[in-house]
Amino acid sequence: MANVNAGHHDHHPDQEELRTFAFWIYLMTDVILFATLFATYIVLQGSTDGGPGPKDLFQMNGIYASTFILLTSSFTSGLAILAMNKGNRLALMNWLAVTIFLGASFLFLEINEFMHLVSEGATISTSAFLTAFYTLVGTHGLHVTLGIGWMIIVIMQIAKRGITPVTKRKVNIISLFWHFLDIVWIFVFTIVYVMGVN
Amino acid sequence: MWESVKEFASEFFVTGDPLIYGADVSIVLSMIAIVSVLTYFKKWGWLWREWLTTVDHKKIGIMYILASVLMLFRGGVDALLMRAQLVMPEMQFLSGDHYNQIFTTHGVIMILFMAMPLMFGLFNVIVPLQLGARDVAFPFLNALSFWLFFSGAMLFNLSFVIGGSPDAGWLAYPPYSELAFNPGPGQDFYIWGIQISGIGSLMTGINFIVTILKVRAPGLTLMKMPMFSWSVLSSCIAIVFAFPILTVTLALLFIDRYLGGHFFTLDGGGNPMMYINLIWMWGHPEVYIIVLPAFGIFSEIVATFSRKKLFGYKSMVFAMIIISVLSFLVWAHHFFTMGSGADVNAFFAVTTMLIAIPTGVKVFNWLFTMFRGKITFETPMLWTVGIIPNFVIGGMTGVLLSVAPADFQYHNSYFLVAHFHQVIIAGVVFGFFAGLYYWWPKIFGFMLNERIGRWAFWLWNIGFYLCFMPQYALGLMGMTRRLYTYGWDKGWFEMNLVSTIGAVIMGAAFLVQIWDIAHSIKHMKKDTTGDPWNARTLEWSIPSPAPFYNFAVMPQVTSQDDWHERKLRIEQGLEKPAKVELEPIHMPKNSGIPIVMSMFWFFVGFGLIFDWLWMAVPGFIGVLACMVAHSFNYDTDYYITVEEIKRTEAEAGRVIT
Ligand code: HEM
Ligand SMILES: [Cu+2]
Repeated sequence: MANVNAGHHDHHPDQEELRTFAFWIYLMTDVILFATLFATYIVLQGSTDGGPGPKDLFQMNGIYASTFILLTSSFTSGLAILAMNKGNRLALMNWLAVTIFLGASFLFLEINEFMHLVSEGATISTSAFLTAFYTLVGTHGLHVTLGIGWMIIVIMQIAKRGITPVTKRKVNIISLFWHFLDIVWIFVFTIVYVMGVN
Repeated sequence: MWESVKEFASEFFVTGDPLIYGADVSIVLSMIAIVSVLTYFKKWGWLWREWLTTVDHKKIGIMYILASVLMLFRGGVDALLMRAQLVMPEMQFLSGDHYNQIFTTHGVIMILFMAMPLMFGLFNVIVPLQLGARDVAFPFLNALSFWLFFSGAMLFNLSFVIGGSPDAGWLAYPPYSELAFNPGPGQDFYIWGIQISGIGSLMTGINFIVTILKVRAPGLTLMKMPMFSWSVLSSCIAIVFAFPILTVTLALLFIDRYLGGHFFTLDGGGNPMMYINLIWMWGHPEVYIIVLPAFGIFSEIVATFSRKKLFGYKSMVFAMIIISVLSFLVWAHHFFTMGSGADVNAFFAVTTMLIAIPTGVKVFNWLFTMFRGKITFETPMLWTVGIIPNFVIGGMTGVLLSVAPADFQYHNSYFLVAHFHQVIIAGVVFGFFAGLYYWWPKIFGFMLNERIGRWAFWLWNIGFYLCFMPQYALGLMGMTRRLYTYGWDKGWFEMNLVSTIGAVIMGAAFLVQIWDIAHSIKHMKKDTTGDPWNARTLEWSIPSPAPFYNFAVMPQVTSQDDWHERKLRIEQGLEKPAKVELEPIHMPKNSGIPIVMSMFWFFVGFGLIFDWLWMAVPGFIGVLACMVAHSFNYDTDYYITVEEIKRTEAEAGRVIT
């Protein structure tokens, strides 16, 4: 009998494609995670319990700067993908490194902002508004931190193994993650900061 | 020095209750017994290689099922203790505090550590076989899910002897679950036990969605897929949307307790009602997450034992998808009394009633499948038929509860308790039992004794009705839930007595089931056919138990109920058993990372519960290290040779030429 499957010798579905698909589903769960946090923030936004509110606390200049930095890092992670698709390993690693650097700068600014707020007496236990604020923005920051660690690991694997289907998928996924964090940040920027001070 | 050790121990361990000392002793004894048996028979290496590091979906499924049976036992003992306390007025068996802890752990264990893993066990054992797949899409992730569930469950159960159990109800409503009112570690055990296993559930959801959508045998289109796989898909879609909400909700409660936040506190502008909204936005979908697969199981069994194609395949699929969408739009029916206003309550009342429609469609489809079928009543079918009236009553009392103004009367009464046990025990648990009886030969390779199985069925059902029918009446007579004692003047004695008798009968039924298993192991009746029920779907086309690579040759699917059609064609001589060409099979390698990583998670949880950062921080570093180690590991699979496949198939009695 003729082998009906002659077309594809190995019946295994393409693992890298499966992983990318699974990652999209994971991103969906992360969307819900952030949606829940945004919802709690919106509910508690006005519950300042007599303490400081958004208008008293947020300094928009720093926020503009960090927004600009994060948006740029999304762009550089896109450049990394372009370099990868051209097969240029060195450029790929460099663009990833630039992305990491920008991500770290963003984190630096965020931690700075938090320390400044705390020094003004606005801590996580001051009011429900601040609890929700630190939780929402901090969760985004935590994601950025994880993304940075992950990118470092991916760079090491590219250095060791070059651009293979596996490392390629890894770069694609991390850059997807990075763009996702960027989009979440745009919501944080709009809902928490811009709408907060206006 | 000695004094401080003593003081620490008296706070660390739960003391003062003879029941708990008894439990301590039996835990220590069984640990010693397990360790010595393993050491004496030199089984540690075997345990590690064959089970603890396995990534085989069938073995993972068996471990899920085993763990859930243990948890059923623990949750069942809790239930019997509660029923003993309520058997008559003014009982002095349990104190109020102890009673609170018991109903809390009972609820959590039954839903999260019994129903969920039993369900995941069935997913694991059956879905890849039904799809004609070699394994799930991500075997490593699958093992990790199991071990996360396991370490979460162990963490939660530990609270019983260490630190103290949670006592704020299975959904831990604030403000009572907040630090101000509940300072002990019990509530933190709750948070971390559920959080860790919840992450596992979320990953299982993703894993099975990808498996079902992407890893099916050639020719098996979605609309030819067996109904159980469809129900798993719809349940997993609900998991993926609902579980992140749980993760966040528990994290917020933890932030309140650990970092002094004010999400749900009474002071600082917190909003306890927000918690109740959030937890039910997960909680209601959760009940459908566990009941949908039970619907899938009934559909398989009804078709097999009526010797007919499932009636209304398409409408079944749509009903399931509609249920999983609607289940996200009804959460507020759990707190009509919160005072959200008439329009909000009306909306949620209507959506709740709407769910009854697709559910009714399914019930009618099962009935029409049986109509004019050649029905036989082996145990799986017996359970299925028994469940239909049960579920109809459960659904109808649900619709009664959904009438918002009337719910002000039923809410938090025993009427509600009877309702949700009716849908959860008589729907979900009995449904999973039906599935276990049905797939038992496929999973373990031998048949269960039918006669003892019948006894178990009747005992469970009689016990169930005796236990819960009086509770509807008690609820209408004014008995509220979570009540640990009542006076003689209430007139509730007789009904409570009957209810307790019912509970004892169910306890006996559980023992009969264990006896059934022991008896069947002793009088081993092997399933040599691979298809003992003359069933219809692909999992029955291979030997029992399935060889570790599942299918020696990939099946070519041409129709719904493909195995049944193939049997017909062979019978009519239209298809000869084809000469097949074997090829080496690509398999995933075992890995120790899932169990080690879950152990680290356990340390993270335990450390945070007791505020021991010296334990939590290294635990977390361990978790990260495991992830990195896995990321750097490129040596994850291997091939089985054609000779080995031939040998394994021959051992299972199948000759491949
Ligand atoms: C036709 C289907 C159903 C309807 C109309 C329905 C309706 C309701 C309503 C209105 C309540 C709230 C009662 C109150 O608090 O006063 C409730 C509670 C509950 N239902 Fe259902 N239900 C249905 C099916 C299910 C299913 C299939 C399950 C689980 C498998 C389930 C599990 C529960 C649980 C656990 C509770 C109580 C939770 C608590 O308050 O602690 N229900 N149901
Ligand atoms: Cu509900």
